[in-house]
Amino acid sequence: MSMNLTLKVWRQKGPKDKGRMVNYRVEDVSPDMSFLEMLDVLNERLILEGDDPIAFDHDCREGICGMCGMVINGVAHGEQVATTTCQLHMRHFEDNAVITIEPWRAAPFPVVKDLVVDRSAFDRIIQAGGFISVPAGSAPDAHSVPVKKVDADAAFDAATCIGCGACVAACPNGSASLFTAAKITHLSLLPQGQPERDSRAVAMVEQMDAEGFGGCTNTGECTAVCPKGIPLDTIAQMNHDYLRAAK
Amino acid sequence: MSTGYTEGEPIRDTKAPEGPIEDRWEKRKFSAKLVNPANKRKLHVIVVGTGLAGGSAAATLGELGYNVTSFCYQDTPRRAHSIAAQGGINAAKNYRGDGDSIYRLFYDTVKGGDFRARESNVYRLAQVSVNIIDQAVAQGVPFAREYGGLLDTRSFGGAQVSRTFYARGQTGQQLLLGAYQALERQIAAGTVKMHTRHEMLDLIVSDGRARGVIVRDMVTGEIERHVADAVVLASGGYGNVFFLSTNAKGCNTTAIWRAHRRGAMFANPCYTQIHPTCIPVSGDHQSKLTLMSESLRNDGRVWVPLKAGDTRPASAIPEEERDYYLERIYPAFGNLVPRDIASRAAKNVCDEGRGVGPGGLGVYLDFADAIRRLGREAVEKKYGNLFEMYERITGEDPYAQPMRIYPAVHYTMGGLWVDYDLQSTIPGLFVIGEANFSDHGANRLGASALMQGLSDGYFVLPTTIGDYLANGPYGEVDEDDVTEAEAEVRQKIEKLLTNNGTRTADSYHRELGRIMWEYCGMERTEESLRKALERIPELREEFWQNVKVSGEADELNQALERAGRVGDFFDLAELMCIDALHRTESCGGHFRAESQDADGEALRDDENFSYVAAWEYGEQGPILHKEDLDYEYVKMSQRSYK
Ligand SMILES: Cc1cc2nc3c(=O)[nH]c(=O)nc-3n(C[C@H](O)[C@H](O)[C@H](O)COP(=O)(O)OP(=O)(O)OC[C@H]3O[C@@H](n4cnc5c(N)ncnc54)[C@H](O)[C@@H]3O)c2cc1C
Ligand code: SF4
Ligand code: FES
Repeated sequence: MSMNLTLKVWRQKGPKDKGRMVNYRVEDVSPDMSFLEMLDVLNERLILEGDDPIAFDHDCREGICGMCGMVINGVAHGEQVATTTCQLHMRHFEDNAVITIEPWRAAPFPVVKDLVVDRSAFDRIIQAGGFISVPAGSAPDAHSVPVKKVDADAAFDAATCIGCGACVAACPNGSASLFTAAKITHLSLLPQGQPERDSRAVAMVEQMDAEGFGGCTNTGECTAVCPKGIPLDTIAQMNHDYLRAAK
Repeated sequence: MSTGYTEGEPIRDTKAPEGPIEDRWEKRKFSAKLVNPANKRKLHVIVVGTGLAGGSAAATLGELGYNVTSFCYQDTPRRAHSIAAQGGINAAKNYRGDGDSIYRLFYDTVKGGDFRARESNVYRLAQVSVNIIDQAVAQGVPFAREYGGLLDTRSFGGAQVSRTFYARGQTGQQLLLGAYQALERQIAAGTVKMHTRHEMLDLIVSDGRARGVIVRDMVTGEIERHVADAVVLASGGYGNVFFLSTNAKGCNTTAIWRAHRRGAMFANPCYTQIHPTCIPVSGDHQSKLTLMSESLRNDGRVWVPLKAGDTRPASAIPEEERDYYLERIYPAFGNLVPRDIASRAAKNVCDEGRGVGPGGLGVYLDFADAIRRLGREAVEKKYGNLFEMYERITGEDPYAQPMRIYPAVHYTMGGLWVDYDLQSTIPGLFVIGEANFSDHGANRLGASALMQGLSDGYFVLPTTIGDYLANGPYGEVDEDDVTEAEAEVRQKIEKLLTNNGTRTADSYHRELGRIMWEYCGMERTEESLRKALERIPELREEFWQNVKVSGEADELNQALERAGRVGDFFDLAELMCIDALHRTESCGGHFRAESQDADGEALRDDENFSYVAAWEYGEQGPILHKEDLDYEYVKMSQRSYK
């Protein structure tokens, strides 16, 4: 039950190259392959033909490191909901399908090569304040501050963001609100996060703007593609924290 | 054939203090020299790796005021493979009052490691474990909690108490984000300089001390030299020597192997952990294996059909025709026996023709009872994301039919030899996390790697490295030593790119992996290991003659990155087989078929093998240095989980 596919893949030598779509034929694709394994097969062939293999980011291949990410047929991480590119399997495609594959596109995520982009802006948003200042060895006993289960669970739901950047790629404004809001929400729902809550929200939101990400207009495209289902109301939480701090 | 090795002088850990085991770490902390705070900025430390070990170490060294440079090969430190750890982290908090204690965690770890770990190190690990939970909670790690607001725990393989803290099925992710955030805070503060997408390709040793690293900027291809007063390797495990493993695709041995070539001894390379609960291989295209957390064994029941060759679907096999073999053979621990035992038991039933799924390489992990007992919702709460992951990969619904699982390479207990201070045999080179060999003996217990990585990084290394740095700064580095290391790196890259052969690096890696799995995997024999030691050098030779790498040196070149790593895996594979061949006993994850008892259980040979095998690199073959292990506290006994 193997498939034959046509891929239209974005190839770009480096940041200065203009880039273009290139067509490839891939045959004998097993439905049990993951999307990246299908690209591995193509890349093996390209190397043997002396061509440059298609560069793409990936590492864990189990949906948790956030390293992979491509726009597949116009959708960040592909059409399968709550699924990273590496967890997408070929059984969801039809034989003889034509599949377009492009990198995340957003000004703050410049293309490094082919499908690889530079997402270091996310690290700088965290540097601005996405932490609780507690040097190693200075912590009190873990049970000294009980945390309501509902709060811990809600914080966890926000904390599962894998920093992949799909939300930015999907947003018509190129906004990083969902990513930033996920971190702000995670920390501001916990008692441990309270002392720095105001300064954190302000610093992170300002850094997000400084990186050139667009504003949020509530289109919700971000949550639709988010592989971890980070809810849109985290953005409300971020705005609330930001306004509260600005007062 | 290179099965040969020579034996050198015994080696000893001279840093662990004497006296009652409870006091040793206190004593060492007190005896370690302190660094004058005003000098700390002048002391430069390189940390390679940003996983739980490296991330927490770099952050903590930065907090203490050292001048830190940190590297990782991913695009951000938050993606180190620690992120993938699912099940949980152990700590002797005894919050449940179920009889846990530091001593019990110590005891379980020594026993679980099949009496091949150092008592002093393990005791310290158990002591420090309690601080880790405090630290993580203060950082905002959202551990699972109970309705009263207190932390929830669960039990894990090899323990009869409930001491595993967890954050749904994403404990590693949440702990790593805590360490990552602490690290980013230090980057913002200017104490840590971070280089992402940089791969360490060699260690600079000068005047007998580790003084820096040669790295490749993976975006521009530039070869860079970084010198420092001390180097910390936290580059993770080398399970990918098997090609298929639960490790991330980029996990490699290059950092520690290069250090080994420059004089750091490699300890117990053959100790490999094969995890019992992974999703079975689906075809030749398979690029990695996915773990299903061991925590599933808390509620899932492992079984195969009683009869060989039974091809009925699970639902059509009545209760009395099922063999819940772990519960049957090990009534005391049941489905919670340690990993090595569970893995081998699965292999045995599959060897008997009772395996399920494609190729008969699988056993069932069944949640029907748990769903009946607890309700689907409760099961979903506990394991929801794992079930989803399973369904995504296999296309099967584990709520409706049992999961199929099979063992896969998961963790490497071996690594660079370190003393109690976590310092290798090269002064100034420290090794932490999975990259060292220190605390798990021949088998690591579930939820203990996260504990060790964070114990090393937050609490142990930042203290012990001070003792070394207090005598620094170590001055200028001899230019020739740097140039030499750099030249070697360049030569290797040049060789790979101009080879113009006919096979890809991945195809060689796959073949090497098959050799290792077949001959140096779950079960090893003298014959199989000799076969491996014949095949590996031949294949390595062919690799260097015939591998094809396209693209250029001065650009992002993933084919080149891979080929470089595979080259080092070949050398490591050979040492693993030599180590496995020389250790004719079975212990923990190392099962020599020749050494088993009447029930087929691993049989240790304490008289002859109660030592750490520390291998020195030698041009004429490896040189074995033995570190004798003494057990003053835990009486050596044959492990029994029956
Ligand atoms: C799927 C899975 C699940 C697990 N679940 C658990 C669990 O539930 N509980 C538990 O206790 N343990 C678990 N483990 C084991 C545990 O996660 C690891 O042993 C541990 O996280 C390793 O941490 P580390 O910091 O040593 O290395 P890693 O997290 O692997 O980090 C290695 C770092 O080194 C860098 N690096 C590597 N090579 C180079 C190089 N040449 N140059 C530059 N940088 C380099 C990488 O970029 C990375 O930053 C699990 C492991 C796996 C694979
Ligand atoms: S919010 Fe979702 S889409 Fe955005 S970075 Fe996080 S996980 Fe990825
Ligand atoms: S490769 Fe890690 S999330 Fe896809």
